Amino acid sequence: MGRVLGIAIWVITILSVLMFVTKHWWFPEAISEHGPAVDHQFMITIIVVGISFAAAQIGLGWVVWKYRDSGSAQRATYSHGNNRLEVIWTIVTAVVFISLAVMGQRVWAALHLNAAPPGSYQIEVVAQQFAWTFRYPGKDGVFGRTDPSLINDEGQNFVGLDETAPNAKDDIQVSTLVIPANQPVELILRSKDVTHSFFVPQLRFKQDLVPGMKIPVHFTATKVGKYELACAELCGMNHYKMKSFMLVLPKEEFIELTNLPPAQFLTRKDELMAKYQLPQY
Amino acid sequence: MAEATHDEVHRHPAPKGFIRKYIFSLDHKVIGIQYILLALTAVVVGMIMSVLMRVNLSWPGSKWSILGTLFPTGAPGGVMSDSFYLSLVTMHGTLMVFFVLTTAPQGGFGNYFLPIQIGAEDMAFPVLNMLSFWVTFVGFIVLLTAILAEGNLTVGAWFSKLGASFAGGTGTVGPIGGWTGYPPLSALGPIAGPGQGAGVNLWIISIAIFCVGSLLGALNFITTLLNMRTRGMSLMRMPLTCWAWFTTAILALLSFPVLLGGGILLLLDRIAGTSFFIPGGLFVSGNLVPQHTGGSPLLWQHLFWFFGHPEVYIAILPGMGATSHILSTFARKPIFGYRAMVFAIFAIGMLGFFVWGHHMFISGMSPYSAIAFSILTLSIGVPSAIKTFNWLGTLWGAKIRFTTPMLFAIGFVSVFVAGGITGLVLGQTSLDFFFHDTYFVTAHFHLVMGVASIFGMFAATYFWFPKMFGRMMNETLGKLHFWITFLGVYAIFIPFHAMGMLGMPRRYANFGEYAFLKNAHSLVLFVTIAAIITVGIQVVFYFNFFWSMFKGQKATDNPWEATTLEWTTATPPPHDNFAGVIPTVHRGPYEFAVPGAPRDFVMQTEPEGVEVAAELGDRSGNGGNGHKH
Repeated sequence: MGRVLGIAIWVITILSVLMFVTKHWWFPEAISEHGPAVDHQFMITIIVVGISFAAAQIGLGWVVWKYRDSGSAQRATYSHGNNRLEVIWTIVTAVVFISLAVMGQRVWAALHLNAAPPGSYQIEVVAQQFAWTFRYPGKDGVFGRTDPSLINDEGQNFVGLDETAPNAKDDIQVSTLVIPANQPVELILRSKDVTHSFFVPQLRFKQDLVPGMKIPVHFTATKVGKYELACAELCGMNHYKMKSFMLVLPKEEFIELTNLPPAQFLTRKDELMAKYQLPQY
Repeated sequence: MAEATHDEVHRHPAPKGFIRKYIFSLDHKVIGIQYILLALTAVVVGMIMSVLMRVNLSWPGSKWSILGTLFPTGAPGGVMSDSFYLSLVTMHGTLMVFFVLTTAPQGGFGNYFLPIQIGAEDMAFPVLNMLSFWVTFVGFIVLLTAILAEGNLTVGAWFSKLGASFAGGTGTVGPIGGWTGYPPLSALGPIAGPGQGAGVNLWIISIAIFCVGSLLGALNFITTLLNMRTRGMSLMRMPLTCWAWFTTAILALLSFPVLLGGGILLLLDRIAGTSFFIPGGLFVSGNLVPQHTGGSPLLWQHLFWFFGHPEVYIAILPGMGATSHILSTFARKPIFGYRAMVFAIFAIGMLGFFVWGHHMFISGMSPYSAIAFSILTLSIGVPSAIKTFNWLGTLWGAKIRFTTPMLFAIGFVSVFVAGGITGLVLGQTSLDFFFHDTYFVTAHFHLVMGVASIFGMFAATYFWFPKMFGRMMNETLGKLHFWITFLGVYAIFIPFHAMGMLGMPRRYANFGEYAFLKNAHSLVLFVTIAAIITVGIQVVFYFNFFWSMFKGQKATDNPWEATTLEWTTATPPPHDNFAGVIPTVHRGPYEFAVPGAPRDFVMQTEPEGVEVAAELGDRSGNGGNGHKH
């Protein structure tokens, strides 16, 4: 039984490691400035994880193979442990794990401990059961006033824009996120009803949208294209249907789009949605 | 401090009638079995739900006429609705975490064996002990009622009469909020959609009741362990199981009140119009929500995870204790690094209170807090690694007997490593950008808190069954059960990591709409088949359990040649555990292969002088013979 168990553990270990090594199921291509750094940190981590996992499992398989009761009269080794070993493996794991932990803060700190860089393009993201609204400030670059009592979903006023307010006239509400490539973007995230979460796998970015809070986040997309946007926080019965798209445009195309008045913006957006294709998976 | 005798104080006579003996029993052994039976019942419901979820994910839209009959609104025509799926997610999690992983390891095996292993005649407060079980049982019934209140139109109509927040019969089998029940979704009531009425109220009430039951149990465990150890049973001579149950009880004592408080506030938000978790200015389902203002959704997340993270350790620590105990017994070798094991289990328990924020990196919490929580989280890997090293050290140079309990204990180590190690990925803020709420998380916690804990409990069941019921479980069936389950859980949960790599979000009733998940479909199907086989093989375990109770081979008092006190008494133990003769302890709990001793194991009760090479025992200073007196 010991040998069979040892082999079973080794086979499981090899298959599990292979699943990662072959990269058959892997991240979609990273398309943000910070994305490659996330992937790099994952590679470092998964190598440490893989080595620790394989070493522990192979060791376990080996001891159950080697130290099975073979019916000899000899007893097991009488030992209560070894303090030197305890100290060594405690220090080694502490150093490795804490180092990983410190390295694992870098991308996070760069994005979240710094304000959005100057020149970031601001877009407001408003989530609701089970739809996304993205608000653009329009040509004036300033968002108009909103009020929850003015929300009118049927009237396409999802964010409760006060259309009589100054700066509100040219605000655009659209169900697809359109952003420029290679320019920092600042999203101001909020939710009308329950907690949602903004997730674009290719961006390597996720952030909850919490009712009652306005959460500013920023990142820079680097590759033009069309990507899927998913809700990652359980928000009710149609959670999985809360899908949208993120369109990353060349800068000129983006400027041209955002300078259009609201009605033309929406038409042009639809054209661009058709122009760009999802990545090949 | 353990030297005091406590002869008459805690004694109570053996009851005569059926009800006092088996139903409202004060005997910790009967209460322990009651907890185990409760867990065995809850886990069946939880497993059926997981199979239903898998079926829905792999064959969306497939017809199951029995479901259509049972839940005409939730599965119209026998086709599961999306809300039905989400309520399965919620109820599966709640049942498993609370009524399986928190009951059997601690309330079940802890209740039965902690007093015997420390040489006590019962728990310190037998009445409290009885109440803790029955309170928990009421919590279970209330949770099951949620299935009917939401899934059955007639029962739902009764609940609807209680008020708007109790509206029932929405066609789910409970709430749609996940086991974490994040408000405002869980706080707003029926306007937030189906499964937000009576089911949520019952879910909160059930958990609140459960908290009370667990608190009563925790008080009892701590008092019993500190005050009722027999002569010679110093703390450092206790079996590692007792250390695990003790630490678990401390965690339960400190964490359940916080959840209880949070639950009461959430219920008040729902039925009394308070706004602890609901901010102002909400607009839900086409309507303003003017009656609420000023609440914070993040407050709930803090309260919930302040409980929720220690809860993970409440589930796993008893399994660690049982694994240590069983590994040493069948390795025929003392546990490696007893003291290090004790420190590690305590370190895990205490650090477990400072890491809850890693569930909330992307919640909108301060990014500075996230960094602190992240570093603390990875440091909890250190004591976990220490335990793994010591388990391997215990097997090194061993003479392993591959009984079914031993197979499950070895399986525990393997699964614990596989599940625990990915905590190094998920604990990093930068990687959470991608992995938060994906199947990578689902893989991690199922392996480490679900499967590993369950393996600990399977090991404990096969190990202690002879003591509890006087008969052995069938070894052939046990091994069959082990092999399919061991391979099965890996076949289910390793592919979850691959789905996580693709970015697959948890709690999705359907993945068909997402192109980036296209490559996951074969994995989803593979996992479903593995899950059905793995769940199916549990029938063998149930059969073995109940069949062996009556037809199993008769067990001797110490069938495994183990060393601790439960193996010194009759099988099954008499009402007062030791028939009035309280044992005295002379040595540490894992004295196997002692050179010079007549047998390869020395019972804790055997007086000193049995072995000649005692000087070997204290060389490393790791428990061994404990203190000399």
